[in-house]
Amino acid sequence: MSKELIRLVNCRMAFDNEVILNDINLYINDKEFLTLLGPSGCGKTTTLRIIGGFLTPTSGDVLFEGVRINDVPPHKRRVNTVFQRYALFPHLDVYENIAFGLRLKKLPEKEIDARVTEMLEVVSLKGFQNRSVSSLSGGQQQRVAIARALVLRPEVLLLDEPLGALDLRLRKDMQQELKRIQQQMGITFIYVTHDQEEALAMSDTVVVMNEGIIQQIGSPEAIYNEPKNAFVADFIGESNILDGIMRADRCVEIFGRRFACVDSGFAPNEPVDVVIRPEDVDIVPPDAGHLCGDVTSVTFKGMNYDIIVDFAGFKWLIQTSDYCPVGAHIGIRIEPDGIHVMKKSVYSGMFGDYSSYSAEYDEINDPDADLGEEVFDPGDGEVVK
Amino acid sequence: MKRFNKVFTILVLIFLYVPMLVLAVASFNRGSDIATWSGFTFSQYGELFRDGTLLPLLANSLLLAVISAVVATVLGTMAAIGIHNMRGRLRTATIFVTNIPMTNPEIVTGVSLALLFAFAGTMLKRNDVFSFGTLLVAHVTFNLPYVILSVLPKLSQMEPDLQDAALDLGCTPLQAFFKVMIHEILPGVISGALMSFTMSLDDFVISYFVFGPSFVTLPVEIYNYTKKPLHPKIYALFTLLFAVILLVMVVMNLLQARDESRVGTLRRRKRAS
Repeated sequence: MSKELIRLVNCRMAFDNEVILNDINLYINDKEFLTLLGPSGCGKTTTLRIIGGFLTPTSGDVLFEGVRINDVPPHKRRVNTVFQRYALFPHLDVYENIAFGLRLKKLPEKEIDARVTEMLEVVSLKGFQNRSVSSLSGGQQQRVAIARALVLRPEVLLLDEPLGALDLRLRKDMQQELKRIQQQMGITFIYVTHDQEEALAMSDTVVVMNEGIIQQIGSPEAIYNEPKNAFVADFIGESNILDGIMRADRCVEIFGRRFACVDSGFAPNEPVDVVIRPEDVDIVPPDAGHLCGDVTSVTFKGMNYDIIVDFAGFKWLIQTSDYCPVGAHIGIRIEPDGIHVMKKSVYSGMFGDYSSYSAEYDEINDPDADLGEEVFDPGDGEVVK
Repeated sequence: MKRFNKVFTILVLIFLYVPMLVLAVASFNRGSDIATWSGFTFSQYGELFRDGTLLPLLANSLLLAVISAVVATVLGTMAAIGIHNMRGRLRTATIFVTNIPMTNPEIVTGVSLALLFAFAGTMLKRNDVFSFGTLLVAHVTFNLPYVILSVLPKLSQMEPDLQDAALDLGCTPLQAFFKVMIHEILPGVISGALMSFTMSLDDFVISYFVFGPSFVTLPVEIYNYTKKPLHPKIYALFTLLFAVILLVMVVMNLLQARDESRVGTLRRRKRAS
């Protein structure tokens, strides 16, 4: 990544004593595709509007190339926005919508025409210039909104859930399209979405937010493979999140049994959250498993089955291509790199349990329960009794 | 039941429009007795236009109606935008306060305005305050709520991001209003202006309390006429006034219908996409 473009320093936003953003610190590099990801009300759109200049943070600074721009109005910022519901001007046709910003700059007619024509091509809307915007489909309106913002050659394009109103198929196409446009134009995209798949598929950097706080910043792989807390683990993909105790480096105790893992750097006997992704669990015969449980539900998902397995009251989601009927007693194995250990956080215990209820939760800590053999694997995959 | 509805509707329409019809017919009557038809004529209209006092009064009324409608529309639109950008309780309270003048009995508004102007005149040590100025202030005052009421819904219907989009693309806030927002709220602004125009043109009660000898409007003068037997040319004048108001109302309804169908199509498209 190249030079830093935008930086938010201790940005805080409060409306009528309700804190929307709590001390946001974030920097965005030139030509980066950065996604603000989180559930609705997490503050991602507020962050975007602060960068766009539509909101001024209650406290904290917004820097653009090192210069404080808190009080610079939107029309003087070198960023442009694609709004959630496109916000096209209904009284203008496609051409005039795209030319709107250029006309304000009082550019010569010839240049306006050249740039609008170029943008129409970039967003694949050649031949649509004289159509009224209300006659376009959602996807086409979306393209006009993107063209209208990009034609001004901003250094940063802000996109506020731009694909939210489109159907699934179109959304997938537009994801590719947006990524292509970003690379073709070579500009920074700051993208807001609540769709984790979209974020993983498109971004260079993902910023996971919840309750006005940045939970984690990282590459899509890092966010998925090494979530920082139970919220991130649950929000990005599916996760089984269990209580564990870190007995030593690379050894974690779950359900009173020791498992080998790849994490280290915790205090001895520190209570931790353990994430096991549903696809990282191997199903084996009961006598060969690290743990044994009963299948309580099976859902066919096309590529795989989602099965819920009851381990003495705590239910796991496991994704497998092998069909296991309801009621089957199965064993599971988890490789060390399938286990991810996280420090305890405020979100501990709130996510990652697929039980509808956990009345039998206490049984889990009962060493006599029939959970299969105890394993401690120092890293070479061999089971040590 | 259906038949009863029809009959009832027709009855209501008759009660509403028969008086106007009688007046219009009377304006084309050759004789001056309203009860006997003695032949068709335009002579009452001819006499009206030759009349040296009535036409200047009509001009006064039109002038006042146009100016007060323009002023009320500009101020009312600005007020509506201000109210639209308010939040919560303050907004509710402001809308409530703006609506009061509409429900306030006209005579109360008239008397209170007269008192206010008289008081202001005393303070300024002038005895000629009642003039075009007082009429204009009074008319703008009672027109304002109607403008606000017709512009506000247009603002709420407007895509909330439109203004931000205009700012984002390089508009100053003022440019954003004139290049984008005005197009969205124009139907509301126009219907507010037309409403103000008609309200102002036919206002009698409030005008009666705030007019001065230097500027008299038609309804006020006609009130003086009604104390003695009416000359048939007055019927002609009324018929013309009615025609003007009718025209304005028809234009307003047509505009509204067009706007509704436009919004309707947009919604349908949005839902379809």
